Amino acid sequence: MNPRNVGVIKNPDGHGTVGNPVCGDLMEIFINVKDDIITDIKFKTFGCGSAIATSSMVTELAKGKHVDEAMEITRKDVADELDGLPPQKMHCSNLAADALQAAIKDYKKKK
Amino acid sequence: MDRIYLDHASHMPVDQRVLKIAEPFLIKDFGNPSSLYSAGLEAKQSIEESRAKIARFINAENEKSIVFTSGATESNNLAIRGTAFRNLKDGKEVLASAIEHISVLNPMKELQKNGFTFNIVPVDSNGVVDLNKLDDLLTNNTIVTSIMYANNEIGTIQPIKEVSEIVHTKGRYLHVDATAAAGRIPIDIQKDSIDLLTLSSNDLYGPPGAGVLYVKPGVKVQTVMPGGGQERGLRSGTENVFAIAGMGEAARIAQKEMRKENARLEKIRDKLINEILKIDQAYLTGHPKQRLPNHASFRFSHIEGESILLNMDMYNIQIATGSACSHKTLEASHVLLAIGLKHEEAHGSMVITLGHSNKIEQVPVVVKAARETVERLRRLSPLAKKR
Repeated sequence: MNPRNVGVIKNPDGHGTVGNPVCGDLMEIFINVKDDIITDIKFKTFGCGSAIATSSMVTELAKGKHVDEAMEITRKDVADELDGLPPQKMHCSNLAADALQAAIKDYKKKK
Repeated sequence: MDRIYLDHASHMPVDQRVLKIAEPFLIKDFGNPSSLYSAGLEAKQSIEESRAKIARFINAENEKSIVFTSGATESNNLAIRGTAFRNLKDGKEVLASAIEHISVLNPMKELQKNGFTFNIVPVDSNGVVDLNKLDDLLTNNTIVTSIMYANNEIGTIQPIKEVSEIVHTKGRYLHVDATAAAGRIPIDIQKDSIDLLTLSSNDLYGPPGAGVLYVKPGVKVQTVMPGGGQERGLRSGTENVFAIAGMGEAARIAQKEMRKENARLEKIRDKLINEILKIDQAYLTGHPKQRLPNHASFRFSHIEGESILLNMDMYNIQIATGSACSHKTLEASHVLLAIGLKHEEAHGSMVITLGHSNKIEQVPVVVKAARETVERLRRLSPLAKKR
């Protein structure tokens, strides 16, 4: 277990939060964007091993991508990139793509 | 790093001495105990010897009161469904504490679907059964009340003697699941007036695949597994001679060595609890004093239990958690919710259950790993305050 891109960006260009600690998963993603390219991305996650793994993977997938391209990253892409998730974890712990999309929407709104 | 196994409530190794007694029944001394030739009679004999050892272990008045099953889940099912269906004319109410094992709660929920009334007795924040509520919920129609001797997730030991006195004022049968308690604290059926008691072989360092339901003479129970009529008709199916012979020996050894071994484990437990509670926002779950000698359970704020488990595994330390994420159902532990924890608190639990292989020298290694794990996961967590 060695997650990448852990942390917070202060005054980020975009910020997305999904999930709920009551259910056991909460994810936050922070992005900095230059010329519509994601130049920096960080996450914080409260959740199980799958939740942490998907958070880390989505940040790796999105880094350096155009925001429109990053917006297309799906839950399935993240799970596939991790060589699959346990079936019962596909729903609850696979929120990372949603968090990324929330961050990109936040960026577009602010722009 | 050598593996440190701290999940004995979940599974135990089989004691070498037990295996030596039991192993021949698999290969050399095999025979169906129902057969009348010598091989069968010898197998039968070994079952009866095991029965006697287990009767002594719990101070049962009669060897015949010991019914062998496949394990604790089956014993719980037989105790609950067996008495509920046998005594239909006398009432259709069942009662259990909120922290019973799922193999007690689910059979009761099943009865509820079939027209029974199922009430749940709450526990306090230490996990002790509310005796006043127990008294309130009991009626003359309560056929069976299930209160576990000690809880596997939080280690709390129940005041069974008082429970027994209350149950017997109005209700009929007291069933006690002693899976976690047996071998850890002495059990005396007669002193506590217990009607039905569940034991598991593996939880005594015996082979998995055998369990016991003690049925007090006079208790009316019917089989939930009809068939060839083994075990006085209460549990059909060819006996697992290997596991049963092993279980008897495991109980004999436990009875002999329990006091010394548990004093040893208690020292390790207390040191672990002292040290782990020094971690920021770490809390003990379960009763601080009335707890099993091998049991230390905690919760840590702002982090999640499955991540704790996986992170500890990277140190080759095997622990358990009551986190929802680690369960097949993805539901938070009903035990932790029953003692009043919020969902997000219940997610951050770590359960340690000690056994033969654990030594006091392992404590600093475990504490260091736990501290690093908690700090690491908090750095990841959006809920932790310091950013």
